[in-house]
Amino acid sequence: MSDQHHPSGHDPAVAHHFESADQQYQSAKLGMWVFLATEILLFGGLFVAYSVYRSNHPEIFIFGHRFLDKNLGALNTVVLIWSSFTIAWAVRAAQLKQIRLLKWLLVATMVFAFVFLGVKVGEYSSKWKHGLLWASRYAPHAEEHVGVDHNAAATSNEASREVGSSGKPAVVAASAGSAPESGSSRSTIPLAPEGPAGLAVEGEGSAVGHETSLLEPANARIFFSIYFLMTGLHGIHVLGGIGAMLWLLLCAFRGDFDGGHFTRVDMVALYWHVVDVIWIYLFLLLYLIH
Amino acid sequence: MTSTVFAHLLQVVDGAAPEDGGSSFWMPPQVSTVAHSVDWLFNLILAISVVFFLLIVVLMVVFVLRYRHREGQSAKASPSHNTALEITWTGIPVVLVIVIFVFGFKGFLDMSTPPANAYEILVEGQKWNWSFTYPNGYVDPNLHVPVDRPVRLVMSSQDVIHSLYVPAFRIKMDVVPGRYSKAWFEATEPGEYDLFCAEYCGTGHSNMIAHVVVHPVGEFETWLEKASNFLDTMTPVEAGQKLFQVRGCQQCHSVDGSGKTGPSLLGVYGHNQILSDGTSVVADENYIRESILEPQARVVAGFDPVMPTYQGRLSDDEIVAIIAYLKSLDGTSGGE
Amino acid sequence: METDTLTVAGAVGVDRVDRGSYLTAGGGVRSWLFTLDHKRIGVMYLAAILTSFFLGGIFALLIRTELLTPGQTIMTADTYNKMFTLHGAVMIFLFIIPGIPAALGNFVLPLMLGAKDVALPRLNLTSFWFWMVGAIFALVSIIVGAVDTGWTFYTPYSTTTGTAVISMTLGVFILGFSSIFTGLNFIVTIHKMRPEGMTWFKMPLFLWGLYATAIIQVLATPVLGITLLLLVAERTLGVGIFDPSLGGDPVLYQHFFWFYSHPAVYIMILPAMGIISELVSVFSGKHIFGYRFIAYSSIAIALLSFLVWGHHMFTSGQSGITNMIFSALTFSVAIPSAVKVFNWLATMYKGSIRLAAPMLYVLSFLFLFAIGGLTGLFLGALATDVHLHDTYFVVAHFHYVMFGGTVIAFLGGLHYWWPKMFGRMYSERWAQLSALLIFVGFNLTFFTQFVMGSHGMPRRYYNYLEQFTRLHQASTIGSYVLGLGFFIMAGYLIHSLFRGRPAPANPWGSATLEWETTSPPPSHNFDRELSAGDPYDLDSLRYDPNIGGWVRKNPQSILLAQGGTT
Repeated sequence: MSDQHHPSGHDPAVAHHFESADQQYQSAKLGMWVFLATEILLFGGLFVAYSVYRSNHPEIFIFGHRFLDKNLGALNTVVLIWSSFTIAWAVRAAQLKQIRLLKWLLVATMVFAFVFLGVKVGEYSSKWKHGLLWASRYAPHAEEHVGVDHNAAATSNEASREVGSSGKPAVVAASAGSAPESGSSRSTIPLAPEGPAGLAVEGEGSAVGHETSLLEPANARIFFSIYFLMTGLHGIHVLGGIGAMLWLLLCAFRGDFDGGHFTRVDMVALYWHVVDVIWIYLFLLLYLIH
Repeated sequence: MTSTVFAHLLQVVDGAAPEDGGSSFWMPPQVSTVAHSVDWLFNLILAISVVFFLLIVVLMVVFVLRYRHREGQSAKASPSHNTALEITWTGIPVVLVIVIFVFGFKGFLDMSTPPANAYEILVEGQKWNWSFTYPNGYVDPNLHVPVDRPVRLVMSSQDVIHSLYVPAFRIKMDVVPGRYSKAWFEATEPGEYDLFCAEYCGTGHSNMIAHVVVHPVGEFETWLEKASNFLDTMTPVEAGQKLFQVRGCQQCHSVDGSGKTGPSLLGVYGHNQILSDGTSVVADENYIRESILEPQARVVAGFDPVMPTYQGRLSDDEIVAIIAYLKSLDGTSGGE
Repeated sequence: METDTLTVAGAVGVDRVDRGSYLTAGGGVRSWLFTLDHKRIGVMYLAAILTSFFLGGIFALLIRTELLTPGQTIMTADTYNKMFTLHGAVMIFLFIIPGIPAALGNFVLPLMLGAKDVALPRLNLTSFWFWMVGAIFALVSIIVGAVDTGWTFYTPYSTTTGTAVISMTLGVFILGFSSIFTGLNFIVTIHKMRPEGMTWFKMPLFLWGLYATAIIQVLATPVLGITLLLLVAERTLGVGIFDPSLGGDPVLYQHFFWFYSHPAVYIMILPAMGIISELVSVFSGKHIFGYRFIAYSSIAIALLSFLVWGHHMFTSGQSGITNMIFSALTFSVAIPSAVKVFNWLATMYKGSIRLAAPMLYVLSFLFLFAIGGLTGLFLGALATDVHLHDTYFVVAHFHYVMFGGTVIAFLGGLHYWWPKMFGRMYSERWAQLSALLIFVGFNLTFFTQFVMGSHGMPRRYYNYLEQFTRLHQASTIGSYVLGLGFFIMAGYLIHSLFRGRPAPANPWGSATLEWETTSPPPSHNFDRELSAGDPYDLDSLRYDPNIGGWVRKNPQSILLAQGGTT
């Protein structure tokens, strides 16, 4: 840049439109915080959906959360908290120009992130095997009895206490009058309605079993829709975070941080902390229901 | 010339209720007990709006003329701030909107609180017609009500969101699938009025019009009696045709051979139907009956399994009438 | 023309057009598509949104032509339903939401701050690319069969219809990011890059408008994002959240949708109001009246706008208490807007009013926005809204505020900053004609719709009852007059790019900083560091007939003192 425009002589790490390195850093920081606010609002919509359904149909959540493994959820929470620690330390390392340490810490954070995703993949595939998917693909069955008519299972109290191989109770599909269980039953054309279709009246499941706490409420499927939507969107953000960390790693190898310009690491770390905090709320709201 | 222009302008402003209950410049006739207060509020807001609009425009024009830029002159110094003025012109609108809000809310409370002895009619909205079920179970495509009697509508949709709107009554309420919504009114003037769907619902949204027939005192019961007994008063074929038209069949099934969502029923009786699984069946009384009650059981090839079931919605007698009607569509006598 | 050039020899405007500016610094498509210069990005946005306006306008003319007669005129019902959906979606998501911030704001904001660029230029370019990608998705949707849900995509219709909903909603989702990034950039720029002397209450009001808008863009748009994602998930996976037969709630969609879409209309109007504040002051030759109130009211409107979404749902079946609260809050947000109108009028009082093209748009705005705002009162009041909801009354109301408000102000701003952007003056005569045609055509098109609506004519109706024919025909004729007005505008504006009189640095006599550089500016914006005074201190300027423009009486007053912070 010619001196006519930069009489003071510019630090090449500072973009030409900024007065100073501090102005540049402050701008990046404000920008990242504003972006994180948008992320909170993005998830906010799902949290609102959660609140609406939970306040109108608490039984769905009381029933559904039993199929989530609290231990795995707790493990994931610990893993993410550790990863927040490693990435925070990485920021410090970049600040102090400890590039080797920075690289290892980035790798460690990514490892934690992959562990998190691995656990989630495990949880998802277990749900898949049991047919515990979102609304239109909700077809619950115990693992050993893939394909059995769940109406038949519903007639036996034994089934209502049966425990599947992953330690979860089997589902008693008590309501035979629920919408057709075809894979893509998203029809809004209801069967002969005696009341309005859809937001069904409670007590429809009273036909079978005395263990009302194990009785599947008519719209249990909605719990799983919410579960997959919230953890799915979060998972996508974890993937994005891994991508960002890979980029940081590349920058570290390129020597971008040798001069102590740690802003990028700081910004990615901020993002990662928010991803972590969102998970903590998901864990509390989905796994730890009383 | 100026006097007619002025008269027209006055008409724009003067939304006053006409004495004979006919339409005014802005509004359709007032035919329900709430229409008067809705129109009154409309006129109040109109008056306030006209006053402020004229204030703004007149001042604007006056300022442009009086303070037009003149060569060599610049604006005289004047304050760019005046607390008293700013508080005044904030305070007055605040008071006015509070007044408008209060009347709006009160009117709304009246409109959403039906009297205890309201006559209840069930409403079903579907793409793209309305059906009204009277307390005796009779279903009609139009809304018949007695004059001077509160009527309560309990409404639900078969498919997407619709909205029941009767401009002459000033009422409107969305009709939602999966729940019941309610509206009420009391008609004050016999006659026939339009009932529109006011929530976009697809191809036939603008054709989803029904009529509200307000019967003079004493005549409603007579009408209901006569209409309900259509199975007795009409021939089976006529009754079947009425059901075919009123209960939504004709939305998807033509009777003239043209293709629609469902197969045309011209000449259906006795016809050998090829089914979607490759087998075939002769369309006799049993097949027709099954198609009405369990439509997904044996679907004609080339059509989607989207027909809703009428289990619980048609009585046996009604099904018999429909079958009679369909039998009459043999292609020789031109069915409508 | 030649004589003029010689007499103003040495004047910055002429020099710059010949010698090179941001427009000519580096040619080729690549240098534009990969530019980090906010001015180039602004100009590209301008071209993009004007193209979208043209496309949306074509849909509008097709709609109005169909409505010349009840029943079929030129298209089937299904095509008509797609027409009004596309008109709404294109106008709202491709034109009016990006509109003023992207096309004018990007160009003007750094210049008004005496800065060299926005805080995050690469994010700015990314924002533009996102607009392009979103537009491509929308175009693909239109080509493969278009959408027929209405721009509001209400469920369950939108989750069950067979049209190209997914490509359109994904397009809108991507456009949402464009909007978020623009807002984010403006917030950071305004916070961190104001020049010496420009405290918050020394900022031009256009910047207050952009800032308030940016707050909404950043906080509301993500909610639209998640809503559209849920819609796509509903269609592709059947998550059931809005489907009653799967346990979902279709009205929940409306809450999500309007939580964004109501604040969105303030994204549309706040920058427009900012422009009006600038124009009314300059063309009345007077300091703006009530600066503080206007600044505060912009923020107040932005915040209050988040609390009123339920007024779109008074007849949806929500409870009476809910309705009451939303109605009350809706009236509260009306007050700041009304008071701004009084402030602008007070600015004109005892001014020295010049009726140049930008000022004609100010007068249009005051007239049309007054009607638009006042008709909002009918809709905010519960009892009257029940009758008027989903009728043509609503259609007329929002066109008066969005078109009569935002678009008119946008046109005023376009005519105001055109010389700065392109270094050319346009034909004042043709501009006046065009403004008049637009004003008359607009009122003819939309005033009749108030009457139709209060008489019960529902909206989104392909077919209509005979009694409404005359009013529909008058409305259609109005739309053709409107079209003519815009056609003329395109003509003289394009002509000015090639043959317009070269513009001086400050053709209008404004004291904001963008006029302190040449028209058009060089790539780096300013040759000197600037400090800011009162942006409405018009007495600090005088007209110089030698250059046909305005200059500072004391040029040193806005230069940053040497030996200062740099």
